[in-house]
Amino acid sequence: MKLGRVLGTVIATRKDKAIEGVKLYLLQPLNSRGNPEGDILVAVDGVGAREGDLVFYVRSREATLAIKGRVIPAHAGIVGIVDNVRFEEEN
Amino acid sequence: MELARVVGTVVSTKKNERLNGYKFLLVETTEPDGKPKGKFFVAVDLVDAGVGDLVLLVRGSSARTAEGLTDKPVDGSIVGVVDAVTMGGRIVYSKGKND
Repeated sequence: MKLGRVLGTVIATRKDKAIEGVKLYLLQPLNSRGNPEGDILVAVDGVGAREGDLVFYVRSREATLAIKGRVIPAHAGIVGIVDNVRFEEEN
Repeated sequence: MELARVVGTVVSTKKNERLNGYKFLLVETTEPDGKPKGKFFVAVDLVDAGVGDLVLLVRGSSARTAEGLTDKPVDGSIVGVVDAVTMGGRIVYSKGKND
């Protein structure tokens, strides 16, 4: 899993039946310092995240399981909203 | 998923028989505002998208989770046509406007 920031929303009325009713967010992947790193993704939201939230998400096949009780065509899925991260640096 | 623009159609007569009946499109990945990123893929179209549409592209084995594709040899599918993209409460893409 990786950390990401919810940047925005994606609205698509015409979509595959398998993702009907699923919330889609623009997600910026972050590195361990919390800085943006990598391309912006479209992720499905399985936890009720909101714009601006720091989240962790799964990629590839695991994202198909991000929405409870369903198997959906997605390759990024938000599975947790982060309350805080403590980064322990080694000296 | 990624945002991508449909930039063309792919026609193939001789193909894996499990792919018969599917429509294939050439897509180019984009930034949230629809600006091209220069990476191209052939994807199965499940939502009757057309050239010029901004779409939701699923790649990898997840592409096969879409309706009817579980036993098909595909690693890219188009699962939605994008109407709008917002960032920070601002609309950065709106179908028919930035196109």
